[in-house]
Amino acid sequence: MALLSKKDTNLILDPLADNNPITIQVLGICSALAITAELKASVVMSISVLFVMGIGNVVISLLRNLIPSKIRIIVQLIVIAALVIIVDQVLKAFAYELSKTLSVFVGLIITNCIIMGRFEAFALGNGPWRSFLDGIGNAFGYAVILIMVGFLRELLGSGTLFGVPVLGDPIAKTGLYAFGYENNGFMIIPPAALIVVGVLIWIQRAQNKSLIEEA
Amino acid sequence: MKQALHNYKEKIKGNKWAPAFNAIHTFLYTPNEVTQKGTHVKAVDDLKRTMNTVILSLVPCLLFGIFNAGYQHYSAINGFPESFSLFEHFINWENFILGISSVLPLLIVSYGVGLAVEFVFAVIKGHEVEEGYLVTGMLVPLIVPIDTPLWMLAVAVIFGVVIGKEVFGGTGMNILNPALTIRAFLFFAYPTWMSGDKVWVHDAVNGVTKANSADAISGETVLGYLAQNRTDEYAYSLSDMFYGFIPGSVGETSAFLILLGGLFLIFAKIGSWRIMLSGILGALAMGLIFNAVVDFGWIGSYSKFYSLMAFDYWKHLIVGGLAFGIVFMATDPVTAAQTNRGKWIYGFLIGFISVMIRVFNPGYPEGVFLAILLMNVFAPTIDHYVVQANVKRRMKRASLAQANSNFNTQNA
Repeated sequence: MALLSKKDTNLILDPLADNNPITIQVLGICSALAITAELKASVVMSISVLFVMGIGNVVISLLRNLIPSKIRIIVQLIVIAALVIIVDQVLKAFAYELSKTLSVFVGLIITNCIIMGRFEAFALGNGPWRSFLDGIGNAFGYAVILIMVGFLRELLGSGTLFGVPVLGDPIAKTGLYAFGYENNGFMIIPPAALIVVGVLIWIQRAQNKSLIEEA
Repeated sequence: MKQALHNYKEKIKGNKWAPAFNAIHTFLYTPNEVTQKGTHVKAVDDLKRTMNTVILSLVPCLLFGIFNAGYQHYSAINGFPESFSLFEHFINWENFILGISSVLPLLIVSYGVGLAVEFVFAVIKGHEVEEGYLVTGMLVPLIVPIDTPLWMLAVAVIFGVVIGKEVFGGTGMNILNPALTIRAFLFFAYPTWMSGDKVWVHDAVNGVTKANSADAISGETVLGYLAQNRTDEYAYSLSDMFYGFIPGSVGETSAFLILLGGLFLIFAKIGSWRIMLSGILGALAMGLIFNAVVDFGWIGSYSKFYSLMAFDYWKHLIVGGLAFGIVFMATDPVTAAQTNRGKWIYGFLIGFISVMIRVFNPGYPEGVFLAILLMNVFAPTIDHYVVQANVKRRMKRASLAQANSNFNTQNA
């Protein structure tokens, strides 16, 4: 017996490409713009969102028959807030330096529309196991884009990956810099993230024409 | 030759590469398919001729830029001539050779890369190559510093043409002026090559020293001096500024030749005089406001804005890229406002905001490109409200007429 049925596999695979939360649903753009100047921040953000979405979807799914529909948004927010505080505290305990630069953005996970969207659209109507798969599937879809954008922006903007110089030293003029190459300051500023995400959407739609809406 | 080209065109019709060939063909000759008989609107200026007229009006600026590049370079090394004579110090082979060897590569990269991108898109999308890049390619070398590295220019041109134009659907569909998108990209991506006192004079970046001195040459622009409150240090006279014997981007320095180019565009009915005039008025208005602030003593000479604010309002027009921007960039028919009243608002705000950015942001004393890009974005909104206002007015008039006729029929 396969570990996951075909239907369950699609819960994970769909959000990676054809139903990607960022490039297709265009949710969670704010964090994709804010933190992708560095790859490390993108990865930490992705892991944090993975944690919050995986657990959060399960919790909401378990509570789905108990939550009065009038106050469900408040309940959802409490669940997200509790999980975000856990992530924040874990980062402070085990990765203090990183948490100092990231703490603002970790707090912003609360406002990440993807999480709220999955709670509303999926966890409230499905069982815990499927909700869990849906949660991590969407978090992976989010992570794929975040890491792609973070990779491009850090490589072109700072010439580093995870803070490690990969193109040479811009001050001592070694590696690529010896040939007159220079870092692209445009990639560091948030508008560049918007353009990179836009180009990714463009490429994806050019590959898969069925994603293009009727004009 | 013409017939041979036409025969070849018939042969490759439907071929994937046909658009690329057709582009070159129609650039050289009027195609044979032009209607000869019957009644139809005849206009001598198709898009290609329009573009060529704009290019023609830019040629003086380009030539001046070439000579000025040499003039600024040698003057920075040897000192400015005591008594300036146009033919002795400016139009000579030495200046020309230095200028052409710096400007021509910029021009070639600009056209080569830009047209390559256009051809690639035309072939992929299967439409004809559009003429839009002919003017952009000419504008780009004129609005960048002389020593811009060629690969940077190439990257910027690819970005500008793809993101600024092709993603919106190509020529005629773009929201932003592609040439300015290219400049904005360069400015934000490589600020050290686009601003400061080392980029405006050839070789200043490399630290070439002055004759009889160990000091590296520098080429601060007039606005650069003003932004640092070093008003007394520049030695350029008013006529230097007007005729353009000052450091700056390649083709933007000569207000005189820009004025001629602008008049030519107005005369050829290609550039909008409304935008040019209102742009100038906007810049003057903002300049007057700043002058007034200084005159009333609201701001003292200790302020970092003092020199720029105290700069005579009309002088803003003859330094920096304001004149060039208003005449050649703001009037781009695609990205400008379309309605006549809209053009007045659009142009006025460009001039107004340009001078405002100049004064308030000493980080980049040249604000005209940002002002034009901003107003490019707002141009459709301006048009929308102008049109709606007109609709409302006519509705009112119509209902009034209706009411009157009702009144008359009742009383009859």
